[in-house]
Amino acid sequence: MVNLIWLFLLLCGIVVAAINGNIEVVTKSALDAAQTSVTIALELIGIMALWLGILKIAEEAGLVRALAKLVMPITVFLFPSVPKDHPALGSIVMNLSANILGLGNAATPFGLKAMKELQSLNKKPEEASEAMCTFLALNTSCITLIPATIIGIRASAGSNNPSEIVGTTIFATACAMLVAITADRILRHRYRKKHGG
Amino acid sequence: MFTYLINIVSVWAIPFLLFIIPLVGYFKGVKVYEAFVKGAGDGFYTAIKIIPFLVGMLVALGVFRASGAMDIFAQLLNPVMSFINAPAEIIPLALMRPLSGGGALGIAAELIGAYGPDSFIGRLASTMQGSTDTTFYVLTVYFGSVGIIRYRYALTLGLLADISGLLASIYIVNLLFK
Repeated sequence: MVNLIWLFLLLCGIVVAAINGNIEVVTKSALDAAQTSVTIALELIGIMALWLGILKIAEEAGLVRALAKLVMPITVFLFPSVPKDHPALGSIVMNLSANILGLGNAATPFGLKAMKELQSLNKKPEEASEAMCTFLALNTSCITLIPATIIGIRASAGSNNPSEIVGTTIFATACAMLVAITADRILRHRYRKKHGG
Repeated sequence: MFTYLINIVSVWAIPFLLFIIPLVGYFKGVKVYEAFVKGAGDGFYTAIKIIPFLVGMLVALGVFRASGAMDIFAQLLNPVMSFINAPAEIIPLALMRPLSGGGALGIAAELIGAYGPDSFIGRLASTMQGSTDTTFYVLTVYFGSVGIIRYRYALTLGLLADISGLLASIYIVNLLFK
């Protein structure tokens, strides 16, 4: 599916640009995007290094394992394929907590660490595992208690009550999360049936 | 009050973690600095590893957006939006939200500026912006970091969550603010 979407986005864009008579936009936007990608990755290096360093201390001190143990009832339900005391669960919990608190730049390193640990349990290294699908579904739909950026934008636009959208945001994101968890169960079941195992 | 408390937590969370983790580590007998450096070393490789995935995805998205193809899609969606009680003005935001975090934030800021933060469109745009994450970016970076090429049903899941977040935003903002 990702192959088709990628192809569609790219080809569709080029065709539309050609029809509109501004084909030069294609070259410019493609080159710009390629450069932006590298900038994003480079900016990530420092943040990644900082949090993975702190995480390593937490790991060696046994804190990650303790955290994983604390939320075990939930993770056993969500990630039946991951062993109960696996370090992946600790990283997943750190990632989701950072997301909930709106600490975007701390969330990514924890999340990538979680992916690495889930990958160590993955039997087909080029294909997403069930636990990875669940994790990413939770991650992309995760509740944010405080959408700080948007509140800032509202405040600077002169809103009478910049944070009045906190409640509606929590409601919407909770709905998204509920759907994600339910759909994950259904899709997992269907996929197992279709591919056996 | 609730918001105020949460704001305090957001500001203190990172300093608190930076304080407590090394401290506990020290008392547990961890060689804190050495452990930090060992862990930090992985940051470089992980960040480098995601570059090809990021380039592939962002280039396709960039061309799609800049060519005007996205605007055409927004227009096709017009009848659907009026059916679910949502103003057509927010279609570009709805389409951009799963594709690009920065792009979506730009559109949301534009809508808030143009229609006012306390207008119906302003509130809806604010709620939509905060309610889901950038599915394509997250999948690209997370799967890319461990070299996964076949996403199984992860993309379907992410997009389903995005659509539900969008519908729920429209519902709740209509309910509370109309």
